[in-house]
Amino acid sequence: MSFIEWIKQPWPWYVAGPLIGLTVPALLILGNKSFGISSSLRHICASCAPMNISFFKYDWKKEIWNLFFAGGILLGGVITAFFLSNPNPVTIDPKLAVELASYGVTNTEGLVPKDLFNWENLLTIRGFILMVVGGFFVGFGTRYAGGCTSGHAIMGISNLQLPSLIATCCFMLGGFFFANLVLPLILKL
Amino acid sequence: MNTVTKNFKTADLNTDFEVRAQHSICVNRSELDKPLWSNLKFTIAGILFGIILVKSEVISWFRIQEMFRLQSFHMYGIIGSAIVVGIISIFIIKKFKIRSIDGEVIRFDPKKFNKGQIYGGLLFGFGWAMTGACPGPLFAQIGTGATVIIVTLFSAIAGTWVYGYLRDKLPH
Repeated sequence: MSFIEWIKQPWPWYVAGPLIGLTVPALLILGNKSFGISSSLRHICASCAPMNISFFKYDWKKEIWNLFFAGGILLGGVITAFFLSNPNPVTIDPKLAVELASYGVTNTEGLVPKDLFNWENLLTIRGFILMVVGGFFVGFGTRYAGGCTSGHAIMGISNLQLPSLIATCCFMLGGFFFANLVLPLILKL
Repeated sequence: MNTVTKNFKTADLNTDFEVRAQHSICVNRSELDKPLWSNLKFTIAGILFGIILVKSEVISWFRIQEMFRLQSFHMYGIIGSAIVVGIISIFIIKKFKIRSIDGEVIRFDPKKFNKGQIYGGLLFGFGWAMTGACPGPLFAQIGTGATVIIVTLFSAIAGTWVYGYLRDKLPH
């Protein structure tokens, strides 16, 4: 197996996890930056529509590194899609496959389910909730909590911050509740 | 005269930093004024991070559903091992007082608890279960060609804006 074929396979957790962890010291050493991504959304608000809201009145140019970082993540996605993508369908847990099939979600090609997330579905109730309402909760919730999975769960806990541990537990609790009790109702729509 | 201006500048900087650091972990702690292009190193870091997110399938809606249904260890392994490496890294940085490549002392800010971490955390959990993505993966998903996620990203920006607008009225 050539190197490129080998690297195209999905990476196991014990490779990806430590590499993600190394992002923390990498950003600190590259420029005294604390790892996190959700703030990029706030900087976009501060640069485009501060509307005299005190929360958005700061010199966002001082945090522009975060937008460069987020832009890099997008480019990383492009590069992977063009050069490193896994030619095989995503393997998913058989129980999940059965459950999803009952909602008509059978296409497991790619990482974002094509049966749910596409432009045509945007105007259906199910698609609107998953894409638009879901996105709103991500943006509102992360800022209200003061960070996302990278900021709180990885950077915050790595710096032994109790508030970050509490936030992370709430992310998981919210996700458990919603994915098991509410999402099935939405997927049935 | 010079000292006065300088003092004013520092005062402004401090308040601006306080606003920037409000409800945010990921802040720029550097006090250097670097040219815009020097931020390209963060784009490179972002590219590597994005590749890791996609190749490990962290950006997959299916992996997130498996995580919340306890059907796979994958995501727990990733987050758990990332935290372990992060803790060790920060311990080493603090212990050996490692400086940034610009020679600055690396600084960390302790975070205070507020109820937002609970309410906001739960709400983000709902959004995470729906979209199968946190903010980082949203950018990566768009990059892999899932163009409709641009709508989700705009919606997340709108959510952030509405939080800023309602901030004073929300319990913290």
